[in-house]
Amino acid sequence: MTFVRRHLIPRLVQYFLIIFVGITAVFVIPRLAPGDPVYRTIAELRSRGSYLDPATVDNMIEDLTEMYGLEGSMFDQYLAFWGRLVKGDFGVSFFQFPTPVLQLIGISLPWTLGLLLTTTLLSWTIGNLIGGLAGYFSQKRWSRILDGIAMVIRPIPYYIFAFGLLLLLAYVFRLFPVSGGAAIGRRLMFNLDTMLDILKHAFLPALSLVILGVAINFQTMKLMVQNVNSEDFVRYAKLGGVKESKIVWHYVIRNAILPQITGLALSFGQIFSGALITEIVFSYPGLGTLLYNAIRTGDYNLIMGITALSIVAITTAILILDLLYPLWDPRIRYT
Amino acid sequence: MKLLRDLFRDFRFTLSFSILCILVALALLSLFSPYDPTFWSVVPRDLKPSWTYLLGTNSKGQDVFWQATFAVRNSLILSVIAGSVSRVIAIVVGMVAGYLGGGADRVLMFLTDSLLVIPLFLIIVLLAMLIRDRLTLPLLGLLLAFFGWAWDARVIRSLILSLRERGFTQTAILTGSSTLRLVLNEYTPFAMPLIFSTLINNMSWAIGLEMTLAILGLVNIDIPTLGTMLNWALNYQAILLGHWWWVLTPVVLSIFLFVALYWLSVSISEYLDPRTRTQRVGAQ
Repeated sequence: MTFVRRHLIPRLVQYFLIIFVGITAVFVIPRLAPGDPVYRTIAELRSRGSYLDPATVDNMIEDLTEMYGLEGSMFDQYLAFWGRLVKGDFGVSFFQFPTPVLQLIGISLPWTLGLLLTTTLLSWTIGNLIGGLAGYFSQKRWSRILDGIAMVIRPIPYYIFAFGLLLLLAYVFRLFPVSGGAAIGRRLMFNLDTMLDILKHAFLPALSLVILGVAINFQTMKLMVQNVNSEDFVRYAKLGGVKESKIVWHYVIRNAILPQITGLALSFGQIFSGALITEIVFSYPGLGTLLYNAIRTGDYNLIMGITALSIVAITTAILILDLLYPLWDPRIRYT
Repeated sequence: MKLLRDLFRDFRFTLSFSILCILVALALLSLFSPYDPTFWSVVPRDLKPSWTYLLGTNSKGQDVFWQATFAVRNSLILSVIAGSVSRVIAIVVGMVAGYLGGGADRVLMFLTDSLLVIPLFLIIVLLAMLIRDRLTLPLLGLLLAFFGWAWDARVIRSLILSLRERGFTQTAILTGSSTLRLVLNEYTPFAMPLIFSTLINNMSWAIGLEMTLAILGLVNIDIPTLGTMLNWALNYQAILLGHWWWVLTPVVLSIFLFVALYWLSVSISEYLDPRTRTQRVGAQ
């Protein structure tokens, strides 16, 4: 019971507070903007050249006010906003009118999840494995060479990196398709052909994510292992003649991996917003492309929907991780 | 002077420092530009690099070399604004939370953690969308500064927490120096190198974020920066038309800038860590 009172409840309170602050920000930010979104939308329609007579304009003002959730005082709006969120209603998209935001997210999410879950896991595993070994054998030549490569790749902004990879492997050498998630016009069914096609299209975006991800994980893990390596218990184990493979895996990497598990959870949380640039560069049909189109067309409901969902996803990922942490780190005990 | 000599022993520091000096010189050249960067059609369009036009000209009728000087200048100005303002916030929050502890610490750290957890990029996108047309360079810098201090405030706080337990803190308090003087005179020298290394990281973050926003078209694309330069090149299909000098200029410049900033910060933080410092400069 002390666990519930001392750890679980404060942690849950913090969890809900952070979600509350985040979602409130999503509510407040659009309302800080000078100008009325309703009139802005109408002005935009007019500037595109469509003629609107006064009666239609009045109707539109009414409808748009309702759609944007702008009825009543600020406080009423705020309550209504939460009421709709709790029911999972993010309203309808303006750009792809009357499709509900949730449905649009539902269509795009599988693409993004498939791509990012795979690449996150792959780059985490590969990066930590190589990084751990390179950290333990940090005086060896191969370890220094790998470190040098990571030092150059790491600071390059992801956009530039992905862009360069696309130019090289899709335009110059034409090894991979330039864009899309599957061949145009292909019906998505569960058979080998479709799977291979999807894999082929996902390869280049995945490659760009994995290379950068490996570089980052490699560096942090290498540093961590070097720190653990200079601890007394490692020296003692060496002096005591413990087998080297046992020292590497059970003594050094086992200890160094702990902060990396936090990193893994954080990167799972980033999946919602992390795919934006990848999907734009490679025209991949996921959540990022959806968000990009929403940004370009000023589709507020859709942006707010994606932002709100990603706030919940990230905080939940961190909460679950915090509660599971004692499983990996026996030094932490909730008593 | 000794500090500088020790730092320059690392070839990465020397190299990245020189690259940064060249880039700053490039930025200063913009003061002597014969053209206004916002004007179109001042030179013939789509010319390859030649002696007259060092890096060629673009489809907007601008000289790519002089555009690049303005782009580097504006990107650097932006990063300095974002970096220095967010440093001030981070230092104040970190020092107050670390020194006072208790309730102030809990409230400030809750704010910090919220900022760390919330998908900032999406929030910045939301904000930038709303004020895109009025988004001047200093304003964008302030916006990035407002979101970029959280992690460094935590780092500074933990430093202050450890300094507070040291003997000289007790001595200072017992001899009656005020809290402000204690923090300013006694703690700042310890925090300075750390603040400097986080400043570099933050500058590089700000430039990268500006590039991303520019490519999404979320900043005022009439102000030349490394990001907007690339945005224009992509909008004019410079890749398909083979205008490589237009696309590659911002790409290559930004890679140099990012790698230089990163190496500088790694080199400085290695110097700060006593374990790696002894490997480098030898025990003294």
